[in-house]
Amino acid sequence: MRVPEESVGTPSVSPSTGLSDYAREVRGRYQSLLRRRMGLLGLLLALIAASVVLDFSLGPSGLSPSALIRTLLHPHHVPAGQGVIVWQIRLPYALMAVCVGASLGLAGAEMQTVLANPLASPFTLGVSAAAAFGASLAIILGWRLPGVPDAWVVSGDAFVFAIGSVLLLDMVSRRRNAGTGTVVLFGIALVFAFHALVSLLQFVANEDALQDLVFWTMGSLTRATWPKLGLLAAACVIVAPLSFAASWKLTVLRMGEERAASLGVDVPRVRRGALLRVSILSALAVSFVGTIGFVGLVAPHIARRLLGEDHRFYLPGSMLVGALVMSLSSIAARNLLPGVVIPTGIVTALVGIPFFLGIVLRRRSIS
Amino acid sequence: MDGLYCEHMTVRYGRRTVLDDISVGPFPPGRVSALLGPNGSGKSTLLRALAGLGEATGRVMLGVDDLTGLTLARRTRRCLYLPQALPAMVHLQVLESMLAAQHATGVVPPDVQGDEIDAALHMLDVFGIADLSMRYMDELSGGQRQLVGLAQALGRHPDALLLDEPLSALDLHHQFAVMEILRRETAARQIVTVMVLHDLNIAVRMTDYDVILREGRIIAAGAPGAVITPVTLARTYDIVARVEKCSRGLPHVMVDGLR
Ligand SMILES: Nc1ncnc2c1ncn2[C@@H]1O[C@H](COP(=O)(O)OP(=O)(O)OP(=O)(O)O)[C@@H](O)[C@H]1O
Ligand SMILES: [Mg+2]
Repeated sequence: MRVPEESVGTPSVSPSTGLSDYAREVRGRYQSLLRRRMGLLGLLLALIAASVVLDFSLGPSGLSPSALIRTLLHPHHVPAGQGVIVWQIRLPYALMAVCVGASLGLAGAEMQTVLANPLASPFTLGVSAAAAFGASLAIILGWRLPGVPDAWVVSGDAFVFAIGSVLLLDMVSRRRNAGTGTVVLFGIALVFAFHALVSLLQFVANEDALQDLVFWTMGSLTRATWPKLGLLAAACVIVAPLSFAASWKLTVLRMGEERAASLGVDVPRVRRGALLRVSILSALAVSFVGTIGFVGLVAPHIARRLLGEDHRFYLPGSMLVGALVMSLSSIAARNLLPGVVIPTGIVTALVGIPFFLGIVLRRRSIS
Repeated sequence: MDGLYCEHMTVRYGRRTVLDDISVGPFPPGRVSALLGPNGSGKSTLLRALAGLGEATGRVMLGVDDLTGLTLARRTRRCLYLPQALPAMVHLQVLESMLAAQHATGVVPPDVQGDEIDAALHMLDVFGIADLSMRYMDELSGGQRQLVGLAQALGRHPDALLLDEPLSALDLHHQFAVMEILRRETAARQIVTVMVLHDLNIAVRMTDYDVILREGRIIAAGAPGAVITPVTLARTYDIVARVEKCSRGLPHVMVDGLR
């Protein structure tokens, strides 16, 4: 017996005749959906490229496009100051914005999936706070890891604590009976704990160190250097394919932990892998540029709205949205107030909010 | 021995032992079996342990194959558990969720390959919900999501299907329709199907092998007529019940009250 269709709908595929008209129609619609998503990813890429070019060509020094191109092509045949602006400031900043945004976007997306919580992000679960504590140890107490060169002391300390905080989250998630809710709660507890520790250090700090620290916690791309950029880019290039390879499993995980397990997904293992990837990306990003919170939280939501929850599109989508928001923030940070570079962490939230309102809060999804 | 059975199975949650060294089955292939018992008696626990989810000691056999040593991915390909909770309300289209369920364990085995979209649509059509294929899971009713969950499970073509209260959100029409589908598919594929049921009349009329659990122990096992009797129902549910023939001569369970 077949279920009479009138109760749930009308069209029907007859198994005996194979591809009926309805099946053909569904297939067509599904394929055009996939094409549209590919198109959206392409569009995001194009927007990022445009934004990077803009970011690169705008700035307080007012160099003309021809001067910029000349400096790019013949770095040794231009005035030294111009070379420094282009090669040591403009280019690394613009590219760092993209890498940081992509890292935080991907980290946030994976975190929200494996912890089954829309509020999960490197910022809300303590990674940024831990990095800030590491940085404050370096800035205020001058504490440093042995063998770390001067230029890397703050980032090094920040990185150690940031990665430590995710490993702590991972440890909690490994405990038997630790539901995702427990892990999220623990992450929030970490935020408070590290904030308290940072405040304690601020309390005993002298004025100069305090100023340095406050500036650090505002998050700024002015800390970008080529080696740091290279390291973060390499991390993205290595980690992102690993995330993409897990996309089916992560998609199934969205249908519920028990269901995913019953469909053969080794949930603890998938979760551990994801948290490891998250820890590397987010710890590197925040330890290099300071506290930049908003992107990791919001990029996944925007991507979900634009591309749905099929992680083959959602993960790269979140990465690209993060990169775009950061790049636009970087433009705003250096051009909003004439002659002043505002810390990027401040601008990110301001630039991100319109995206958030425009896409996430709109009633029906576009996809 | 044919069918799905377990030997000396023990399951603990922390220090609580829920199933203590029990042996169940065999659940016969080609027929639908029912697992009955009051709330908290260990039905879900038993099915999950049979499917290899969570920690359990003991041996689970499917025919001559020992499932115990298989990896989770391989084991769930052979023996699939459908959770009691309804599929989550995610922003995934029904068709996408079918494809994801198929791809969850990486490589799709040859017997379910071919055109995966066709296969998914066919499975949805079997349950009469092909028209929902492009709708989003977070826009479906509870019963519709339960039907999608069933289609996902059957679409994976396991050798044993363990369904935890698959009728819980369905109206009367769909309860009967799903039972018919399960009986037909089970016979056609010659697979083992075990379902947790709370409706004794469905169990007595539409299943072929029943097991009753209470507090982790087996009260009775065998053909429905032998298992569902006033005596076992009293021992299982603490109720006063009769099993009588209806006007067509089919057995019918009537509850007169609590004991
Ligand atoms: N995760 C868990 N941790 C601790 N105890 C559990 C857990 N899951 C179930 N139990 C306990 O194990 C026993 C059996 O539970 P189980 O879920 O198997 O019951 P059930 O027969 O499926 O009940 P229901 O008909 O209500 O679904 C119950 O006493 C329950 O409290
Ligand atoms: Mg149960």
